[in-house]
Amino acid sequence: MTVPASGTTTAPNSTTAGLSLLDVTLVHGDGDTAVTALDHVTLRVAPGEFVAVVGPSGSGKSSLLAVAGGLLRPTSGTVSVAGTELTSLTDKRRTEARRRHIGFVFQQSNLLSSLTVREQLLLPSHIDGSLDAAARARADELVEAVGLPHRAGSRPHQLSGGERQRAGLARALMSSPAVLLVDEPTSALDRARSAEAVRLIAEQTHEHGTATVMVTHDTAIMDAADRVYEMVDGRLS
Amino acid sequence: MFLALRDLRFARGRFTLMGAVVALIAVLGVLLSGLASGLADAGISGLRALPVSHMAFDAKATGEQFSRSIVEAEDWEAWSEAPGVERAEPFGNTLVNARVTAGAEKGEQVDLAVFGMAPDSFMAPAPTEGRPLADGGGGVVITREIADLGVRIGDVLTADRSEVRLEVVGLVDEPVSYGHIGVVYADLDTWRHLHHGLPGELPGAAGEQATAVALALEPDADVTAVEKATGTRADTKEETFDASPGYAAESSTMALIKGFLYAISALVIGAFFTVWTVQRKAEIALLKALGAPTRYVLRDALAQVLVVLVAATAAGTAVGLALGSAMTGKAPFSLSASAVATSAGLLVGLGAAGAAVAVRRITAVDPLTALGATR
Repeated sequence: MTVPASGTTTAPNSTTAGLSLLDVTLVHGDGDTAVTALDHVTLRVAPGEFVAVVGPSGSGKSSLLAVAGGLLRPTSGTVSVAGTELTSLTDKRRTEARRRHIGFVFQQSNLLSSLTVREQLLLPSHIDGSLDAAARARADELVEAVGLPHRAGSRPHQLSGGERQRAGLARALMSSPAVLLVDEPTSALDRARSAEAVRLIAEQTHEHGTATVMVTHDTAIMDAADRVYEMVDGRLS
Repeated sequence: MFLALRDLRFARGRFTLMGAVVALIAVLGVLLSGLASGLADAGISGLRALPVSHMAFDAKATGEQFSRSIVEAEDWEAWSEAPGVERAEPFGNTLVNARVTAGAEKGEQVDLAVFGMAPDSFMAPAPTEGRPLADGGGGVVITREIADLGVRIGDVLTADRSEVRLEVVGLVDEPVSYGHIGVVYADLDTWRHLHHGLPGELPGAAGEQATAVALALEPDADVTAVEKATGTRADTKEETFDASPGYAAESSTMALIKGFLYAISALVIGAFFTVWTVQRKAEIALLKALGAPTRYVLRDALAQVLVVLVAATAAGTAVGLALGSAMTGKAPFSLSASAVATSAGLLVGLGAAGAAVAVRRITAVDPLTALGATR
């Protein structure tokens, strides 16, 4: 496990791989009602690096994920994922970049209710038009890696919170994303399961060389991260 | 259809209910179209069977032409000499109450829709049994509707009041009727006696009249001059259908019912898929956040709509056809493949349109909502 010395800067070549946010500002609304969700945020995450962002709710953590994941276009600044500058892409290309390079692990895992665990994993491949034997093999592999082989044929309502979270993580890893964005992974879990979920994320990050950003307000799970940032009022420190 | 089919299986209770509604509408659609074409057959199959393109009526008869209009010999003579007219011959139409006075069903009352024409006319029937029409003697050719009452070739029918005697000489074994009454073909002289209710010699002009001039016109024939000269008006064969008693009212009623049925089904299907789509909003946002283009989600949803509609319509149509074939013969009911196909096609088409409006809201779902309410 490598822990960089400090600060908001890493090696200069990290813009070509991993995740990089440069001087990103995001303003919701305009005029008197304008709210600055992100205030000149710069963040670089190298492949294989696990970064945690903590902060109270409303501090802009989710906005950070939305911008990093190409769900929102920042008001100013640039976002690059695996060497592709998201901020200059059309909506269609951004959707495609999201599919190819970004893995999301959502709060409460967000699985599709009609699909089995295995099918949840196969869905991104189907969307991509690449549902083949290799994809099926990879899905089986990932189901194994997150410890759910006995649950591969179960639907979300048959799973526990922890199992759902693991299934969500496996799905996010399906496309071998360059960037993994994790939103409050432990909000539905007890302490022991939280630690286990985060350990699993850290493990996958280091093993697959993923640039991982996890936002959470749960300070107890930060230990697994390589670097920890705190977010207050849209500023990262 | 990766997700669509799995959603169908997972939410099968809801989709079965919706499918049942569509299937019942399809059953009703088949029965209604069978009834509509049955009623149409009963009303105008006699007119439809005539090899005419137009009928020229007295211009003063603008409604109920077949009972109001009278044309004279000089009218059909003028018509037959006009340019663009291939055939122009007198046609008589009248409804008569009669009874069987000789034959197995002696004493039975029968209603007759009498079509009068010259025996050598282009309209003259070709009997499947017996002899064709001939001048004089009061011979008539009956159709299946009358034969179903037990009237046979050789029987004698006598018109009420006028006591005009009709001998059945031939049978056209097809269901041919007019105004829900079986058609009987007669020569013009016999028809005139029946029409005027007079046996024996006909007075003066009555012997030279008919209801209308039956026409076979060349396409695009300009007949305004001859219409003006004779004081007649040429209606197309389809226009004459409305002159058949009750036909316009029946067909517009059926059209109204069918129209409402399809409108209601489109709305019900639209409402169902609106609720379904709204319910699925979180999952749609998730799909988009995972990188599914809106097109992918829309295609999936529309495929699901079509699976439900086509399966339910097919099932309902099958049930409707089974019920319909049990009804055929017992009611004015006739099933035609094209009417059933049109009915099923309209149900699927309009249902899909209703659902398409509903699933369109997929485009408005913001993938951002997958990240949760907090920003």
